[in-house]
Amino acid sequence: MLLKATDLHKRFGGLQAVSGVNLTVGEREIVGLIGPNGSGKSTLLSLLMGIHRIDGGTVRIGETDITGWPPHRIARSGMSMMFQHSRPLLQQTVLENVLLALLPDSMLNFRFSEELRGRARAILGQVHLTEVADRLPGELAFADLRRLELAKTLAAHPKLMLLDEPFAGLSATEVREFSTLIRTMRDEGRSVILVDHNVKGVHALVDRMVAMSSGAKIADDRPDRVLADEQVRRVYLGSGASGTAVAASQTSSAPILEVADLTVRYGKACALDKVSLTARQGEVTAIVGLNGAGKSTLFHAVCRLVRSTGSVHFDGHAIADNTAQIARSGVVLCPEKRELFGDMTVFENLRIGGSHLPVADFRQRIDFVETLFPRLAERRKQNARTLSGGEQQQLAIGRALMMKPKLLLIDEPTLGLAPVVLDLISETIEKLRASGELSLFIAEQNITFALRHANSIHLLEQGQIVWSGPTHRFVDEVGHKVL
Amino acid sequence: MNHPATAAPSILRRLPFSTTALAWLAVPCLIALPFLGLSEYAIGIFTLGLFFAVYAMGWDLLFGYAGEPNFGATFLIGVGAYTAAMLNSNGIAPPWICVIAGSVMSVIAGVLLALPALRLRGPYFGLVTLVAVLILRQLIILFSHQTGGEIGIAVPDVLTLSAVANYEIALACAIVSAIMIVLVARSPFGLILQAVGQDPLNAQAMGFSIVKYKLAAFCYSAFFSGLAGALMTFYMGTASLNVFVDASVGVQIIIAAIIGGRRTIIGPAIGGVFLVVLGEYMRPFGRLSELIVAVIALLVLLFLPNGLLGLLKLKRSAR
Repeated sequence: MLLKATDLHKRFGGLQAVSGVNLTVGEREIVGLIGPNGSGKSTLLSLLMGIHRIDGGTVRIGETDITGWPPHRIARSGMSMMFQHSRPLLQQTVLENVLLALLPDSMLNFRFSEELRGRARAILGQVHLTEVADRLPGELAFADLRRLELAKTLAAHPKLMLLDEPFAGLSATEVREFSTLIRTMRDEGRSVILVDHNVKGVHALVDRMVAMSSGAKIADDRPDRVLADEQVRRVYLGSGASGTAVAASQTSSAPILEVADLTVRYGKACALDKVSLTARQGEVTAIVGLNGAGKSTLFHAVCRLVRSTGSVHFDGHAIADNTAQIARSGVVLCPEKRELFGDMTVFENLRIGGSHLPVADFRQRIDFVETLFPRLAERRKQNARTLSGGEQQQLAIGRALMMKPKLLLIDEPTLGLAPVVLDLISETIEKLRASGELSLFIAEQNITFALRHANSIHLLEQGQIVWSGPTHRFVDEVGHKVL
Repeated sequence: MNHPATAAPSILRRLPFSTTALAWLAVPCLIALPFLGLSEYAIGIFTLGLFFAVYAMGWDLLFGYAGEPNFGATFLIGVGAYTAAMLNSNGIAPPWICVIAGSVMSVIAGVLLALPALRLRGPYFGLVTLVAVLILRQLIILFSHQTGGEIGIAVPDVLTLSAVANYEIALACAIVSAIMIVLVARSPFGLILQAVGQDPLNAQAMGFSIVKYKLAAFCYSAFFSGLAGALMTFYMGTASLNVFVDASVGVQIIIAAIIGGRRTIIGPAIGGVFLVVLGEYMRPFGRLSELIVAVIALLVLLFLPNGLLGLLKLKRSAR
C-alpha cells in the first residue's frame, strides 16, 4: 500500500468534520472521493497533507509514519496537493512558477540552474503549456491556470497526488482533456486521490470510489458498485422515489421574481450563463444542481452581492440597485453559511434582523418567529454558537423572517445537517408555505429534499439552466441525469 | 487546446534589461553628486536620505516579498545604532568595529524577536514588532546610566569630518545594500519568499518551511537596518531615541517604501531619499510639512497602491 490512513478524526469546534475514516491507496491507483458539500472530503485531504492537525488516527506513506508531520515535510516525502483555490505568482512567468515548485527547500540556493529550467520546461510540456511558458499567469485562460497548478503539483515528483476539485469551472471538453492528463499521471506510476462533485466525470476516470457523508466513510468500492449502493444514493444522489409530497396544486399564480439573461463572471470563469427563470407567488421554487453549478451565485446576483448583467424583476418592478434596498423591499437572503452572530444570543440575532421595525411590529414579528420555531423561544438567551446545526439553520431562517420578506431565498437549507435534522427543516419549509405570508426560493443539492417541497424546479449545470418545469415531471424527464 | 494566438515571445520580461542598465547609469551620477556644487548642508540632507533608503529597502524585503509588515523597523535600526554608540562611547572599540558589531547585534535581536513572533498568524507579527519598539524605548530610558536615556548618547569618534566623504560612505552603504537585497530578491530564495508571502499554505504544500524563509528575510533586513543605523550614528554624532527608536520614524520608513513601490526594492530606496529631501524642503512650513507628506502618502496609497516604480512596471506590462 502506498498510503494507509487509519481511523482519522478531526473536530472543528462543535463540528465533527472527519470521524473514524480509513483510507488506503495502492500503487498506480486513482481514487475518487465523493460526497455532498460539507461531508468532509476536503478536510480529509488537508489531514493527509498535514495542513490541519490530526486529532486522532495515523497516516503512513509506504512504511513511514507521517502522522503529525508539517506539510512541507510531507510534501518532500512523496505527496503533493493541488488546491481548489490557489493563485500563482502573478509577477512571475508561467515557467518561473513551475521553477518555484522545483526548488529544493534550501536557503543557500542563489541561482536557477539550466538543469532546473530544463525540468520546468519538460513539466510544462507534459501539461501542454509549452507555448505559454514565458507569459504571465494573468494572461492565461482559466483552464490553462488549472494546468499550471497541475504542473506545480507534478514538480515535486509525487508518488501520490491529492487533487481538490480539479474539474471545478472547466467545460466538458476541458474536463475530458484533464481526465486524460490524470490518466497519464497514473501510467507514469503515480497514484491520485481526487475530490469532485462531478460524480459522472469522476466515474469513468477512477479505479475506486470512496463516498463520504457527515465526516464518515459510507462506501469504498468499484465506482459502479458505489453508485449503486443504497446508502450512497440516499445521502448523495437522492433516492428519487419520494417526489410525491407536494400537492399537485398546479395553480399558476403571478410571478414574484423574474430573472432574464442573468450572467456572472468571476474573472475568466463564467459562473452564470444567461440564466432566465421565474418564481411564483406563494409557491416554493427550487434551484438544484451540483456544488459549483452556480446556485449561490444566482442568489448573490439577485441580491446584487456580485456584479451581473441581465435583468431581475421583483413583484413586477426592476429590483433595487443595492443590497440593503433589496432587503428592505422584501427579498431576503438566508445565506449558505448562515452567517449567524455566534457570540450573540438567539434573541439578539433575531433583534438584529428586525432592527428596522417599529416596536409593535417587532413584538408581533418575534411572536411569529417564535411560534414557528418553539426551540428558538426556549433558547432565547443561549449563544448562537452553542446551538445544534439544525437549530442554527432555524435561527438563520428566523432572523431572515424578522426582515418581513415577501420572497425568502434560502441557500442550501440542508447543508451539513444530519439526516435526522432534515425533518426539522422540512417541517420549517412547510410551515412557512402554510403561513401564506411569503414565497420561497431554495437552492439545494439534495434533490430529494427539493422534490419533496418545491412546486417547480430549475436544474442548473455549470452556470446554465438545463431544465425547468413542475416538480412532478422532474424525475421522468431529467431524473436519469442527476439521480 | 485553444491557447490565445501564440504571440511574439513575451514582451513582458520581468526584469527588463533597461532597469538594470538604468540603475548602473545612476551610480556614477550619485557618486558625482556632491561635486556638482551643492552646499555642505544639502550634501548632508542627501546623506541622511541614503540611510533612509537602506531602511526602506530592508523593510520592502520583509513586506513586499515575505508579506510581513514590520511596524518596528526602528527596533532593528535602534539596536544597531545604540550598540555602536555604547561600544564607542565607553571606549571599547573603534568606529568600524562598532559598525560591524551594530549590524550583528541587530541580527541577533531580530532573531530573538522574530522566532516567537513569526509563528503568529495574520496581523499579529506586525503588532509584535510595534510593541518591540516600545519595549526597547523603555529599556533605554530605564537604563539611562548606560544609554543616556531620553537625552541620547554621544559618540566621541567620527568616521570622517568631511561632508563629501560622509556622503560617499552612506552612498556605498546604500549601493551595497541595494545590490545584495536585489540579488537575493531575484534569486530562488526571493521567489520562494514571495510564494511564502502570497500563499503560505500553497508554499508549504510545495515543500517549503515557511518560518525558515521568513526568519532569514528578517535577519537579512535586520543586518542592513543595523548597519545603516550604526553608520548614521557616527554621522550624526549621537544616538537618540527620537531619531533611532521611534514608532513614528518607522511609519516614515513605511511611507517611503510605499511611495516608492512595494516589491521593487529600488523603489523604496528612491522613496526614502525623496521623503527626506521633501521633508527638508518643506521645513519652513513647520507642522504643515508633516501633513503634506501624509497627504501625499495617502494619495499614493489610494491611487497608486503599487507606488511610483510599480506604476512603471504596470505600464510596461500593459503594453
